[in-house]
Amino acid sequence: MASHDIRRPFKRPAISDQQRRRDISLQRQAQNRRDAQHQARCLASTILSLQPAQYEPAEPDHQLQLELEPELQSEIESDVQRQDLRGIDDVRQASRLKGAEARRWFAKQLMLPEWMIDVPERLNTDWYVFARPAGKRCFVVSSNGTTISRLRNGSMLHRFPSALPNGARTSNNSNSGQSYCILDCIFHEPDQTYYVIDVVCWAGMSLYECTTEFRFFWLNSKLVETGACNAPSTYHKFRFSTVPIYNCDHEGLNVAYTGPVPYVKDGLLFCNKHAHYQSGNTPLMLVWKDENCSQYVIDTDGKGQVPNQQQVVLELLFDGKLATSDDPPVIFGCLSGDFIKKTGLQAGNLLRFAISEGGLSFVGWKIRESGFALPRQTQPCSTFC
Amino acid sequence: MEVTQVLLSAQAADSTVRKHAEETLNQFQEQNLPGFLLSLTGELASDEKPVESRKLAGLILKNALDAKEQHRKYEFVQRWLSLDVAVKSQIKACLLQILSSPVPDARSTASQVIAKVAGIELPKKQWPELIGSLLTNINQVPPHVKQATLETLGYMCEEVVPEVVDQDQVNKILTAVVQGMNANEGNNEVRLAATQALYNALAFAQANFSNDMERNYVMRVVCEASLSPEVKIRQAAFECLVSIGSIYYEKLASYIQDIFNITSKAVREDVEPVALQAIEFWSSICDEEIDILDEYGGDFTADSEVPCYYFVKQALPALVPMLLETLLKQEEDQDQDESAWNLAMAGGTCLGLVARTVGDDIVPFVMPFIEENITKPDWRQREAATYAFGSILEGPSPDKLMPIVNVALNFMLTALTKDPSSHVKDTTAWTLGRIFEFLHGSMVETPIITPANCQQIITVLLQSMEDAPNVAEKACGAIYFLAQGYEDVNSSSPLTPYFQAIVQSLLIVTHREDAGESRLRTAAYETLNEVVRCSTGETTHLILELVQVIMRELHKSLEAQKLSSDEREKQNELQGLLCGCLQVIIQKLGASDGTKFAFLQYADQIMNLFLRVFASRSATVHEEAMLAIGALAYTTGPDFTKYMPEFYKYLEMGLQNFGEYQVCAVTVGVMGDICRALEDKILPYCDGIMTQLLKDLSSNQLHRSVKPPIFSCFGDIALAIGENFEKYLMYVMPMLQSAAELSAHTSGADDEMIEYTNLLRNGILEAYSGILQGFKNSPKTQLLIPFAPHILQFLDIIYMEKDMDDVVMKTAIGVLGDLADTLGSNAGSLIQQSQSGKEFLNECLSSDDHLIKESAEWAKLAITRTVEGFGIGVNQVDTLHKGCQLGGVHVHVNSRKMLKFDATLDYDYAGPNQKHDSRGRRGGNGGKNP
Repeated sequence: MASHDIRRPFKRPAISDQQRRRDISLQRQAQNRRDAQHQARCLASTILSLQPAQYEPAEPDHQLQLELEPELQSEIESDVQRQDLRGIDDVRQASRLKGAEARRWFAKQLMLPEWMIDVPERLNTDWYVFARPAGKRCFVVSSNGTTISRLRNGSMLHRFPSALPNGARTSNNSNSGQSYCILDCIFHEPDQTYYVIDVVCWAGMSLYECTTEFRFFWLNSKLVETGACNAPSTYHKFRFSTVPIYNCDHEGLNVAYTGPVPYVKDGLLFCNKHAHYQSGNTPLMLVWKDENCSQYVIDTDGKGQVPNQQQVVLELLFDGKLATSDDPPVIFGCLSGDFIKKTGLQAGNLLRFAISEGGLSFVGWKIRESGFALPRQTQPCSTFC
Repeated sequence: MEVTQVLLSAQAADSTVRKHAEETLNQFQEQNLPGFLLSLTGELASDEKPVESRKLAGLILKNALDAKEQHRKYEFVQRWLSLDVAVKSQIKACLLQILSSPVPDARSTASQVIAKVAGIELPKKQWPELIGSLLTNINQVPPHVKQATLETLGYMCEEVVPEVVDQDQVNKILTAVVQGMNANEGNNEVRLAATQALYNALAFAQANFSNDMERNYVMRVVCEASLSPEVKIRQAAFECLVSIGSIYYEKLASYIQDIFNITSKAVREDVEPVALQAIEFWSSICDEEIDILDEYGGDFTADSEVPCYYFVKQALPALVPMLLETLLKQEEDQDQDESAWNLAMAGGTCLGLVARTVGDDIVPFVMPFIEENITKPDWRQREAATYAFGSILEGPSPDKLMPIVNVALNFMLTALTKDPSSHVKDTTAWTLGRIFEFLHGSMVETPIITPANCQQIITVLLQSMEDAPNVAEKACGAIYFLAQGYEDVNSSSPLTPYFQAIVQSLLIVTHREDAGESRLRTAAYETLNEVVRCSTGETTHLILELVQVIMRELHKSLEAQKLSSDEREKQNELQGLLCGCLQVIIQKLGASDGTKFAFLQYADQIMNLFLRVFASRSATVHEEAMLAIGALAYTTGPDFTKYMPEFYKYLEMGLQNFGEYQVCAVTVGVMGDICRALEDKILPYCDGIMTQLLKDLSSNQLHRSVKPPIFSCFGDIALAIGENFEKYLMYVMPMLQSAAELSAHTSGADDEMIEYTNLLRNGILEAYSGILQGFKNSPKTQLLIPFAPHILQFLDIIYMEKDMDDVVMKTAIGVLGDLADTLGSNAGSLIQQSQSGKEFLNECLSSDDHLIKESAEWAKLAITRTVEGFGIGVNQVDTLHKGCQLGGVHVHVNSRKMLKFDATLDYDYAGPNQKHDSRGRRGGNGGKNP
């Protein structure tokens, strides 16, 4: 019996480095396999629904360029050099985008409500309702140890550390580099809180293809777990909060409409329980506003003043017709060729009209995508053709 | 045929004669196995034949019944079982008769052969009369027959598991054995054989040890035997005590005082072989108590199966001084002799175990010894004091040790430079290594190494690397642990200023003329590896220089020609070390984008060197090169494609290397790296690779541990080539299915088997996962639909077996998600019908293991998308959390008809029973059966 064989060899290191190299290799291989598997799982689950909206190449407008502000100009220049964003069909890639590309990508991703103009069928069983916080609608992306919020036009609102998965560089952040979140939020200035109204990706998993019902459940169960709803701290600059969501039955509607909430209300949002998250306007998400539930029931100008007349923005088409930006567009009227010639308007321009007793009045126009508007004189035009 | 002559010729000095005889024997065996075995038995039985031919006959017989390699052993067992009953009876009867032969060698050889036959037949309920006839032998006949019979009983107990022998027979065997051990047994040979037989029979004595009277009797007889005037009997008796300490720890309380007296007398007064066993007794008790306390996990209210009696703690005041005395009994050349094992070494090892068992309590018992001896003029005393200190560094709390270490550190550094004795320096450097191993690193609050002493420590250690090889080797080890302590520092390491000097010194060591002694060269490279692994970004530029140095070394070694076989072996070893070092560097530099691109300029050259390394025949070198290539593939990514045309043949070679299965295993792992690097560019090589992998799986020669990774590798390949995996489905799926069926149940398996089963399950599931994900979004997805019921059934079964480990659980729940994700509504209804899907998912969702939870959440998402009727309101978040509605309808899925293309998974022979084997005979092969 040679029992000392099993004893640690006298005065020798316990570990053989060769065995250690083997073990480290095996660990690395297992980790790589996990990553590859995880990537495969996340990748394709987003492919179907996440084709970014068709990107129209910018139409350089020489006349207008002269009037553009320098910042916008550089943006258009980078357009020319930009990668083809259509290649980005994966939110995971999108979460890594930076600068102008990120701006452009995120500008197209928010799900936007339509106005509620009639009562959908099965409202009481198939819909949720909640009081919408007033504030800046934005996407909040946590990845790579930082959190970035982006407004509707894709521009950055805040860059900050947060308790969201991978949202801050903390030593106890055990999430892998692939873990990231994309939340649909409203930033509410008065209490400096991000109210989360929907979730697009959570901890690396895409929820695009999940029903509203599931996404809300997921959000409610996950957000609190992370500590993102806690008061701000060093590694968590802004508080996050969910909003109370109700079934659209009598009671739910009543609470959403009249019940107290910790934020300023801006109308009611109705969400279809079975809808998937979808970028752009959708009839499966509806907004209702009236003076009881919103301060902003009517248009205001830049200074917050209510203009004399309500306004509408329509797109000028090639044939002079005016269309809403609904999908499919609704033709609202048309401009005469003379007027177009006289004003130098071009197809694709967005025009602002005032709604008056007799129809629409032209108040101004903007260049698509730039958010850039010029006031013009009011001109009557024929409407409701 | 004249067997005697052939057997004698087979031992002839003349190799031609010998070879011819061996061939003749082989032919005989192949042409007529029964005749061959009968004539060998006849030879062994005949007292007229020469001893030499009889012994060889017995040896060949024994080797025809057993082999080291699992598959051959299995083959031999089957071959014996299928022999004609009459032949077997004749052989067995003859063997039993030989036990009465007057020739000792013939008896001893026969008893070993009988044990081998028993090992095959008793589990099959054959040869029921064996034990009975052995026992009759004992009662009637002359001492030499008694002795041979006891020896046979001992060997038999070693060969079979306790379960196959009835308690009634166990009782009779034990009675016979203990009677033979009794002090009034006049014949020493008989008494020795009986004592040695008891050693093997102890594992059979569970029932007897639960009976106070019987246990008392056995213990008395063992203790008496430990006082026998015969050294061999005393040694065997102590071996029994060691084994009893391990197997029957919980029964020892009433004997421990007596055993202490006996062992301490033996340690102090008896000859070395006996004293070593006496120390070993206490080492085993430490092992037991460490295990028990581990199981308690500090929670003393918990019910452990075995209570801890704190024997070691109670014995401390007497035990520690006894062990300290042994430390003074060093041998002059023990530091140079790698196989040395003496009282001082055993004593120090035991002291280390005692420290781990009792923690802080040992310190006050050892400190006076250290203080008294550390400055004595006799090197033995200084060495013993240092060794005592080094031995107790693992166990006591840092709080307890820190003040002492802080004082000792300076003393040690001085001793390492100035002590005139090489022994003292050796132990001092080793002790420094232990200090850094256990008391240095991010887990210790107050660091031992400070900006104030860091430079001095490193200077002294680097200087010691120029000392005698054994001292230099320990100094390397100290640097190894010194570096390891900084593995968690992020951006800036205190070692950075010394990085260059350390690397330089280590490289110089590797070039020392005497670097072959005391494992010095290996230690230097291993330390270099650790220093590189634990370095930070600050020293990247130096590592980029180091790559070139190591590449040059490897190049130089590959250029060397016309070497003697001894030189070639050394060269192989060096190449292995250099490949290992390159692997570590590649992994380090490949880990971040910045350094990766700087490194990639060398990729072509390095790959070229690795390919040349494959010209060597050494398995270790191949393994190291293969591991390094895996790291390279991971780092280069798709660019690795360009190396494939040349590398492919070595890949194939590696996959074919059944014999050196480590090489095969490593190659399978590297296949995964390459799949992930090349993705669909691996396609042109897949036919060859898949063929080889399928062959590997079907082979019964390949070590079973390689098989689970091969299944995982299928998953890697499928994920890489996507729907192109289609053509392999007809081979792979049936194999996965039959393997799944084999690994579904573990009932009755021992721990080792359960562990293997779980590895296998994980491999199978990873394969399914890769295949499902690989086919996702392909029009060919429908090809997988027929396999879904079986996969779900497999998940059901392993869930219900309740013996999955965490890794399997994580993979399994992922596969459930993959099914839904890839097969969509086709899997939806099946998942809804799955028996345990819902429960399983919920269990995983509430798991503490974040990997399991992550997988489960993903699976839940995937299932939610697929399975309709997920109607749960947001206001019922809690109920929803408890599970998606997967339905609970039990639908029995009929097992699909299998193609007959089964993988060989070594399920039929699990090797020796570990329960029987593990504790008593830790050495594994340390049994007495030659």
